Amino acid sequence: MIRGLMLFAAAAALASTAGWLGTPRVLYRQQTQPVAFSHKVHNEKGGMACTDCHSLRADGSFAGIPALAKCAECHTAAMGETKAEAAFIADYVTPNREPQWLSYARQPDNAWFPHGAHIMRAKLGCENCHGGQGKSDKLPLLEVNRISGYSRDVMGRPGKSGMRMDACVHCHEQRGMRHACLDCHK
Amino acid sequence: MIAHKDNSNNARYGMVVDIDRCTGCGACMIACAVENNVPPAAPTANERTGITPMRVIRYEHAGGTAFVPMMCQQCEDETPCAAVCPQNAVELDPATGIVGQIPQRCLGCRYCMAACPYHARYFNWGDPTWPDGLEKTLNPSVAPRMRGVVEKCNFCHGRWHEAKELAVANGKTGPVEYTPACVEACPSRAITFGDLNNSATSVNELAREKGSFRLLDSIGTAPKVYYRSRRDWVRAASGNASGTAEGAHRG
Repeated sequence: MIRGLMLFAAAAALASTAGWLGTPRVLYRQQTQPVAFSHKVHNEKGGMACTDCHSLRADGSFAGIPALAKCAECHTAAMGETKAEAAFIADYVTPNREPQWLSYARQPDNAWFPHGAHIMRAKLGCENCHGGQGKSDKLPLLEVNRISGYSRDVMGRPGKSGMRMDACVHCHEQRGMRHACLDCHK
Repeated sequence: MIAHKDNSNNARYGMVVDIDRCTGCGACMIACAVENNVPPAAPTANERTGITPMRVIRYEHAGGTAFVPMMCQQCEDETPCAAVCPQNAVELDPATGIVGQIPQRCLGCRYCMAACPYHARYFNWGDPTWPDGLEKTLNPSVAPRMRGVVEKCNFCHGRWHEAKELAVANGKTGPVEYTPACVEACPSRAITFGDLNNSATSVNELAREKGSFRLLDSIGTAPKVYYRSRRDWVRAASGNASGTAEGAHRG
């Protein structure tokens, strides 16, 4: 009897551990960024703000992940002594090849997120939606949902709301902002 | 449906179409399709299966020929499509007066198409497809619709988004000014667009002028699209039971 219970408990523990560790791998495909980029180095050593690279265009739209030209403004020659920078210059800057950056926050086609209104009018910091990304030393793996194709940062993790519509609505409700469907959908 | 007509922060976008100026060239239809990611129609498409959020209707009469650009009339009162939708997939936005269609909520029952007195709604019978290479011309500010949902004119809502973004960048508040694709494309400037709540706009002035009327005004849907004509038989065809074709402007 006791042996049976112990066997059952052991099997249950094994199954849930396997499930806990394995399910995300079944659900999400993991992808690595092309360049070992550190937001922390740029932020702390370089003294740069988010908007120095992730800027708004003149028409108010968000420029997104900067193109190589932006990096090349500073990194035509090595500024530091890190291997990552040397590799970046050799692989991308010198041959003038755009790195194929992966986006953690890519939204569905029908979502319209105006960065300008949130940054300039509502005075929200980037970290409100993007978390500690701007201070991270290493770019995390991008986990792509195998079915929907959306990033796990958008879909949400246990204990993290992600960047789904309910997170937007929650914040808008708290601040008493109006939310007609076509405010944010296109 | 709530329409905050007295709130000055709200816009009430509207349109005035001068039927006498329309030559029936169809540039507005093309501009509309390009702007709103409507794929090229299948060779077999007819007026039931094709998608033409903006459609120029030819009206023959003993007095002559009139071309009537027809799109969603953005009904303000008793919005028929919104009233019948079982999914809440249609809403009248009090801040813009635009009747919004939300494809993700639409279940494709097409009640709204039956309810629309203006036949301004279209159904996606298939998934949109573009010939190779043409998908590169898609407008990123407008999401393509999927198979099985209804769509219609939303006064180029994508352009409203862009105009709002620009206004924020320039530190401007209040209703934004923008121009829908059909208005921009019309070579004879037959269409005027603007905020009906703003007394300084030419759309407001034109809508109040003599000779302006609304289609089926008598059924009480209070459309925000006005038409104009100096020709009596055109005005008489507007379907107003009162006999006088003049629409009472609601300010």
